[in-house]
Amino acid sequence: MIQALFFYLFAAVTIASAVMVISSRNPVHSVLFLILAFVNAAGLFMLAGAEFLALLLIVVYVGAVAVLFLFVVMMLDVDFVELRQGFMQYLPIGVLVGLIFLAELLMVAGAWVFAPEATATASAPIPDPAQVSNTLALGQVLYTRYVYFFQVAGLVLLVAMIGAITLTLRHRAAVRRQNISVQVARTRATAIEVKHVEPGRGL
Amino acid sequence: MTALPDFALAGPELLLAVGALLLLLLGAYGGERRAGLVSDLSALLLLVAAVAVIVGRDGTTFDGAFVVDGFGRFLKVLVLIGSALAVVMTRRFAVAEKFFHFELPVLIVLATIGMLLMVSAGDLIAVYLGLELQSLALYVVAAFHRDDGRSTEAGLKYFVLGALSSGMLLYGASLIYGFTGHVDFAGIAAAASAGGKASLGLTFGIVFVAAGIAFKVSAVPFHMWTPDVYEGAPTPVTAFFAAAPKIAAMALFVRVAMEALEPVKAEWQQIVAFMSLASMILGAFAAIGQRNIKRLMAYSSIGHMGFALVGLAAGSEAGVYGILIYLATYLAMTAGAFAVILSMRRDGVMTEDIDSLAGLSRTNPLVAYLLGIIMFSLAGIPPFAGFFGKYFVFAAAINAGLYWLAVIGILSSVVGAYYYLRIVKIMFLDEPKGAFEPMGGELKAVLGISGLFVAAFALVLGPLGDAALAAARTLF
Repeated sequence: MIQALFFYLFAAVTIASAVMVISSRNPVHSVLFLILAFVNAAGLFMLAGAEFLALLLIVVYVGAVAVLFLFVVMMLDVDFVELRQGFMQYLPIGVLVGLIFLAELLMVAGAWVFAPEATATASAPIPDPAQVSNTLALGQVLYTRYVYFFQVAGLVLLVAMIGAITLTLRHRAAVRRQNISVQVARTRATAIEVKHVEPGRGL
Repeated sequence: MTALPDFALAGPELLLAVGALLLLLLGAYGGERRAGLVSDLSALLLLVAAVAVIVGRDGTTFDGAFVVDGFGRFLKVLVLIGSALAVVMTRRFAVAEKFFHFELPVLIVLATIGMLLMVSAGDLIAVYLGLELQSLALYVVAAFHRDDGRSTEAGLKYFVLGALSSGMLLYGASLIYGFTGHVDFAGIAAAASAGGKASLGLTFGIVFVAAGIAFKVSAVPFHMWTPDVYEGAPTPVTAFFAAAPKIAAMALFVRVAMEALEPVKAEWQQIVAFMSLASMILGAFAAIGQRNIKRLMAYSSIGHMGFALVGLAAGSEAGVYGILIYLATYLAMTAGAFAVILSMRRDGVMTEDIDSLAGLSRTNPLVAYLLGIIMFSLAGIPPFAGFFGKYFVFAAAINAGLYWLAVIGILSSVVGAYYYLRIVKIMFLDEPKGAFEPMGGELKAVLGISGLFVAAFALVLGPLGDAALAAARTLF
């Protein structure tokens, strides 16, 4: 009973804040509503018994990604009002395309016979939560069974990082950088020049 | 407690991955002075990995996601040779055009790892990850000459279209998973053969996966990016694109079709036959009007992939054998042709105009003769290498009863001969326009070896054919 109550609470707040993310005028408010949506989604995960995912969502998404988002939104001077111009103008055709897609999907899905035996033969079935804790189950899948995919995904990210750096990093000669070894290696002889100024003559 | 899977089977890939990381460190800490060293070591690393592939053992690991067999070994060696040649041919050109940085050879090595994973894939997730590792590195390499607008445009265009094709592939893979309950090829094959006939959802999945892979092999109607990317990317990068990634994508196509989807052959056979037909015809006709030699090579590669797909459409052991021979000859011909294209430099300026080859037979007869041989071979004229590749795929198509495909293929290869022979005519019959600057030593070596291989292919066909036959047999 109380579980169902909380489910509807979390679900309603998630949907409402998701709507606010795309409809609020101020981009900072959008990001804050996004955080609210994340926290409520974490609550839903918690209700489903996936406590590891729930905490991960809060730590990673709210703690890191959303804060980064907030920084970007505050740093960049994006004129969202201008971006949204023409939204109403294109709305009718957008709705039309959406309706056509919906109709096609319904027709296709209506004609299809799903493969019920497919779920029975799944290659990595969900283990019984009573036997295995969340973290252990995820670890077994991620680091043991799918260790190969995990490592290759790491390589893909490495390539993305190298690519981003090579394509955008420019060394400008005019920019002065701190060179600690040069600073430390300075001696009194190289740093100080003693001028003998005779009294009364000036430089 | 589950035991860790057998990592040793993936030895060559691990070697390349660790090597790439070390080279990255060497480049990052050594600075631009070490770029040449990184390049040389990358080529060496790729060749060492080729040796490791040859001496490695067969087997399957990571729950069937990674397969090492004769088929994969044959194509991995081709891919590694193609990548090593690309690294060797890149350096001088990139230094002259002032875009040589140590990341370039490292990215080629990382792309090669992706290709090896594609060749070894035994699982839809492995297919996607290998493809993405390869493609992501290729997008960056295409845009590597970032001060050149055309290179940046090529990289962006390739990225957008490549991302679209990856999306299609993933969508198809998810449908196949949903309707068979498996991501590994053996499981998919078992589930697909259980029903007797492919379900509608599985057929949809096959269509999307075929479209996604066709993008990577640049088969018509998913070829549109090829001429623009080939023209815009720096020439050594184009040389790389034309050989190794094509071989890897073709290997992936054969593996997905033959291992996972063998029981529903009727569903993909007609798709492959259509793509093959359309690629052959478009490759033959669209190249006729080209004046830029890189665009010409792009259409030529579309046509050649069409010819190789004839072997897949046949769907038999002979067909796979034909593909393997075809890809080996294609690698040699492409490397030789691009060695000449990379040396088309006059008065310090690169030229990509076909007419600037005029009179090469008088200014540099040896290069002209070797390029002439390669052009004859690309056209498929006996006794050169290209003829044998075409012969085997067409023979397989006829044995499989695909007469119309073989007839149209032969006709389009006759049409295609026109533009290859026109290059020979320009080199030998037109008035010279002045000599090119002398060729670099490594380009001479690549051109010489590939020219000899192409000319004397009938002599190496024995041992190469045996290896290819053994490789093709592992799939059946």
